[in-house]
Formats: sequence, structure tokens, C-alpha cells
Amino acid sequence: MDIKILGSGCTKCQTLERLTHDAVDQLGLDATFEKVTDPAEIASWGVMATPALVIDDTVVVSGRVPSADDVRKLLTAR
Amino acid sequence: MSASTVLGDAPTRSPLRRWSLLASAAVIWFTLYQLNLRWWNWVVFDWVGLGRDTRVGGSVHFFFYDLTKIALLLTGVIFVVTVLRSFMSVERTRALLGGKREGVGNVAAAGLGVVTPFCSCSAVPAFIGFVAAGVPLGVTLSFLIASPLVNEVAIVLLFGLFGWKVTALYIVGGMVIAIVAGAVLGRLRLERWVEPFVFETRLRGVLIDPSAGLSWDDRLLMGREEVGSILRKIWPYLLAGIGLGAAIHGWLPADWFAEHATGWWGVPLAVAIGVPLYSNAAGVLPLVDALHDKGLPMGTVLAFMMSVVALSTPEMILLRRVLKPKLIATYFGVVAVSILGIGFLFNLVI
Repeated sequence: MDIKILGSGCTKCQTLERLTHDAVDQLGLDATFEKVTDPAEIASWGVMATPALVIDDTVVVSGRVPSADDVRKLLTAR
Repeated sequence: MSASTVLGDAPTRSPLRRWSLLASAAVIWFTLYQLNLRWWNWVVFDWVGLGRDTRVGGSVHFFFYDLTKIALLLTGVIFVVTVLRSFMSVERTRALLGGKREGVGNVAAAGLGVVTPFCSCSAVPAFIGFVAAGVPLGVTLSFLIASPLVNEVAIVLLFGLFGWKVTALYIVGGMVIAIVAGAVLGRLRLERWVEPFVFETRLRGVLIDPSAGLSWDDRLLMGREEVGSILRKIWPYLLAGIGLGAAIHGWLPADWFAEHATGWWGVPLAVAIGVPLYSNAAGVLPLVDALHDKGLPMGTVLAFMMSVVALSTPEMILLRRVLKPKLIATYFGVVAVSILGIGFLFNLVI
């Protein structure tokens, strides 16, 4: 599973990163993490409002921080 | 799988329970708001016994009364606006602006800048996203100017402090600035001063619209979370602004500004001071209230507020990633001049 967090460093992005790490640990998943901070790359994903979560090259959340529950559901759904 | 089908933490309530909870919250809010002044009058002047006309008494009363009033206003308005804005998104705005030319586009962009939920940390991806999708540069800039300038916190606080007429003027003035500045910048054909990679960005991936598929419980939860999040972020600025406002309220003689600050240089000075200051509307408004109270003309006051809010150094630093310094300087200059214009105009008119 390939996970990317898109965000330029504001607190929301850090929260999303933390939530996702926690969820991956809790679920015992095998995942690679990447934090994308370059705005050009973020925009190329079609994301204009950070933070955003990308799982296996699909943008699953953008523009807000999902709840821990949501993150777990999104991870198990893939 | 769309993210909208997996939202978990919003409690699913029956409509009756949801709306009656909301209605009771509204009633409580209104009651607190109406009783606010009487409560603090009693606490500060009757119970603690400070003199109404003394400097300390005046300042302390102002501090607590204003703090409660602003906290209530912020809570109420942020909640309502966030719920309303959950129907809009930057993605939808971009789609709406995509085909528009200059002129009409500037007006639409300014209007959408006001209603679209947008945080300045997204300024750079949003800018790239707009330009890469073919939105003209001037139209994009109208959006970027309108968004922080005409923000709901500022509007609500203005309304609470000065009434709807001043608020309406601020909104109209702010939008005019966004439209005119964006149009002028567009006309100057400054594309050459945008970092080239912006035009080369190719959009890929499936576009997610965060505003689609949300239930009412989701929207109300977003409202609550946004209130908490904004209050947590701004409370130091708020306290500082109210503290400063309270001090001015208590210590400066009434009409001090009317005696010392008449003259054409008031507005430019206000803008010059406002530009390097970084605060959000919540911090600057209590200050603005106290300044006006001491006789500073409304046009000067609004110009000061706009330059604090619309020309923020942190946002300029962020935008450096996509705009060359010449464009940033021009952007700054055009917006500052527009604010000056509005300031002078309002001083004449009000």
C-alpha cells in the first residue's frame, strides 16, 4: 500500500499524517509513506485545498482532516 | 470508493433530535448575547465596585464585555458560515471560473472568494490549480484578494461593533478592491512574472469535490469543529487585541484622534502601519473599535483593518513559490492603492 500525505506543513497536515500513521500501525498494514510538500506536485494531483490523503495513487480525501475512524475505513477499504 | 460514503464520526441523529438540539443552542446563544452588557455592568460596577468613569473601571468593563461579545459572535457566525460553506468548495469554484474572461470573471471570482471555504495555507496549490485549469491570472488574483479580505469573522465582528451599514460598506469596498485590483493586474499582462512551472503543471488524478455527499450531521459537525479550531488558533490575538483596545478605551481621552489625526495623511499612515502587522480580523477588530471610539474616522479605520488583513507578510512569503518578486510587489502595490482609495472615499462619504 502506498500512502501519500499532501500538505505544506500547517497543523492540519501534521494531524492527518499522525492519524494515518496511527491507523496503519493499529491495523498492522504494510504501507510506505510519503509526505508531499511541493505545491506544484500537490496541485498536479488536482488537489487545491490541503491536507489531502492519497492511497495507491487515488486521492481519497481532500480539503479537510478526516476522523480517525474515517482513516481506518479508508485504509481497510482498499 | 468515494470518501463521502465512509464518514464515521458524525453522529447520525434523527432529524427531530438534530434540529431541536440546534434550536436550543440558538436560544441559549441569543439569551447570553442579550444579557451580556447587563451582566458585566453588574459584575464590574455593582459587585466589584469599580467606578464607571474611572480609567481602570472603564478598561476592565470593556475588556470583559467585549471579550464575551466577540466570543459569542465568533462562535455563532463561524458555525453558521462553515455549515453554509460546506455546500461550496474550491474545486467547484474553479470549475465555475474556468471559462470566464476578464471583467465578468473578476466579479465572479470576487464573489466566489467571499463564499468559498479557503485557508491561506492552500493559497499556493489553489493558485496553481486555478491557473493550470485555464483561469486567467487576473481572475485568480481577484479570488485570492477577496478571500482573506471579506472573511466572515471580519464581517460578523464589524456587524456586532458598528452595525449593518458599516458592514455592508466593508463588503462592497472589499469586493470592489478585489475586482479592480485583479482586473488591473490582469490587464498588465503579468504572466511573465509568474513562475513558469505553474503553466506547465498538468492536472491528473480523479478530482474529489469535498462538498459532495455530505449529510446534515456531517455539516453540523464540521461547523462545531471549525469553531473549535479557529478559536484555538486566534485566542492569543483576540486577547491581545481586546487588551490593547481596553487600554485605549480607558486611557486615551475621548476624541483624541479627532484632535490629533485629522488631515489627509491619516489614511496612508493607517495603511502603512497596517501592512507589516500580521493579525487576523479577530485580533484587529477590538483595537479598531477602540480607535473609532476615540474619534478616528471610519474610512481610516476600515483602511487600517483591510491592510492588516489583506496584505499579510506570511501569505506573501507563501506566494513567493509561484509569483516572482516583481509580481508580488505589484500585487502589494495595487491592493494597497485600492485600499487607500476606499479609505479616502469612505472618509468623504460616511
